[in-house]
Amino acid sequence: MPITYTSQEQVEVYRFSAPAAILIPLVALFLQAFLPLQLHFFSLFDLPLLVVIFFAVARRSQVAGLLTGSLIGLLQDSLTHQPIGMYGIAKTVVGFGASSLGAKLDVENVGARFLVTLFFYAVHEVVYFTVARGLVKLSLQWSWGHEIGGALLNAATAALLFTLLDRFKQRA
Amino acid sequence: MENLMSRYRNVTILVAILFVQVLGLAVQVKRRSGADESTRIIRMWTVSAVTPLEKAIVWCQNGLGGVWNNYIYLRGVRQENRDLKFEIEQLRLEQVRLSDDAQQARRLQALLGFKEQYIAKTVAAQVIGSSGSEQSRSVYIDKGTSAGVEKDMAVITADGLVGRVLRAFGSSAQVLLINDQSSGVGVILDKSRLQGVIKGTAAGEVILEKVMTDEQVGLGERIVTSGGDQIFPKGITVGTVMKVSPGADLFLNIRVRPSANLSRLEEVLVITKKEDRAPSVAETNSVRAVDILSQRLPSVPDKPAADANQPAGAEPPATAAKSPIAPPKPQVNAGVHNPVGSSAGQAVVKPATTPQKLAPAAKKASPQTAKAATSAPAPSEPRASETETSEDKPH
Repeated sequence: MPITYTSQEQVEVYRFSAPAAILIPLVALFLQAFLPLQLHFFSLFDLPLLVVIFFAVARRSQVAGLLTGSLIGLLQDSLTHQPIGMYGIAKTVVGFGASSLGAKLDVENVGARFLVTLFFYAVHEVVYFTVARGLVKLSLQWSWGHEIGGALLNAATAALLFTLLDRFKQRA
Repeated sequence: MENLMSRYRNVTILVAILFVQVLGLAVQVKRRSGADESTRIIRMWTVSAVTPLEKAIVWCQNGLGGVWNNYIYLRGVRQENRDLKFEIEQLRLEQVRLSDDAQQARRLQALLGFKEQYIAKTVAAQVIGSSGSEQSRSVYIDKGTSAGVEKDMAVITADGLVGRVLRAFGSSAQVLLINDQSSGVGVILDKSRLQGVIKGTAAGEVILEKVMTDEQVGLGERIVTSGGDQIFPKGITVGTVMKVSPGADLFLNIRVRPSANLSRLEEVLVITKKEDRAPSVAETNSVRAVDILSQRLPSVPDKPAADANQPAGAEPPATAAKSPIAPPKPQVNAGVHNPVGSSAGQAVVKPATTPQKLAPAAKKASPQTAKAATSAPAPSEPRASETETSEDKPH
């Protein structure tokens, strides 16, 4: 199993330059809004979620993770016509959870990243559906096939995308 | 105590942030169910940040696509041109028949004092982005309040209804598609004249609600807007009935195939102005079918002496607007086909010329023209003569 338990001292903490920290989420949001027009199946992806997981795991700081998740989620909400805060809440939880996991486990290799993304995609969807149904009273339908397919697709994408985003990491 | 607080500092921050967001959601949900929802600043910021980039990419994409399609990749264009010319001829014949019907309908409506809603003005817009979420089926267009686009304006394509403007920003607008579950459109079935409401589902399908189980609904039946919702003008094609099954309660479960391809939207029309007016008898300027044919078919000889200065075939259909007896024409952006149903279609497609000008041309019509005229549907000719006589007589 590629996930290894490490002591706090062994885990490397990374930081990002200001342009990278601002532009990467914005580019993810832009692609998420633009690409489904060209490739309809692209709406299955959740690039902002992958960026939240990547930043949270790399920074390994719970506060930074939840703030990043909250901000990106709120921006994603503002592109939809739904009330603002649904993606915000889901991504805040994911940001907090991913950074907590990143502080405890070494999730730098491809297999670990795949599994971590798979898990947090599921967490994100559960929280989102709970908020949508419980608080906003939206009649969303839960489809297992759709969710499992989305989770696998996003996890596979994360494994590739995170390798690309590793170039922007700087040792803290 | 301090030790405890510092130990659970991160969890406290998490709970605080979640609490604030839940509170914000609750406020929004309460406002949405009550009065008018205002646009949040964060929405404006995000849209302002994202849409310029989307516009730039769409512009570049169109430019490159145009160069490729218009100057480089011209394979099969000659054949396509031939096919299209043939299709135009067929459509002209069809148009003759339809314009006769339309004129007759207008006369009858005038007799009954019937008021119709016409599409008076539209704005063409390019789709530049989407919400990026499957739970929110909406798109962004590159026209906003600066182009006259406002909230609750209907959005259509050449194929049919797309949705309505949900939010209008300065230079962009958010359009809620008809397949979103929060959307609703008042519709009527074309043949059976049953009324219902079109709604979207969570899976992005379109269903027709509020049709009782004891009603007969045929597969493939066309669905058009009823105009009852005061947002969408009457007569816009929405889709066709795809599947009918008995649903819960007393209503049928009807699945609809939207006429517009909602997953591949590129250019749309925003209806920025509607007009209520009664068609007058003056509008029904009589034009015989054979006259229209003789003017429009390519084999028509040159115009008579009165029109000798004009090049042959130079008078496009739009010149009807110059005629003093022509009714006010709706301003529809050039080059974009109007997809609306009978009422709006009548407003756009008018007889091209007056009979005085056309009569000599008709006399000179070549045998080819005559052949074409006879190949038109049978009711066309008698109705044309009816039109002429009925205008002279008071109704």
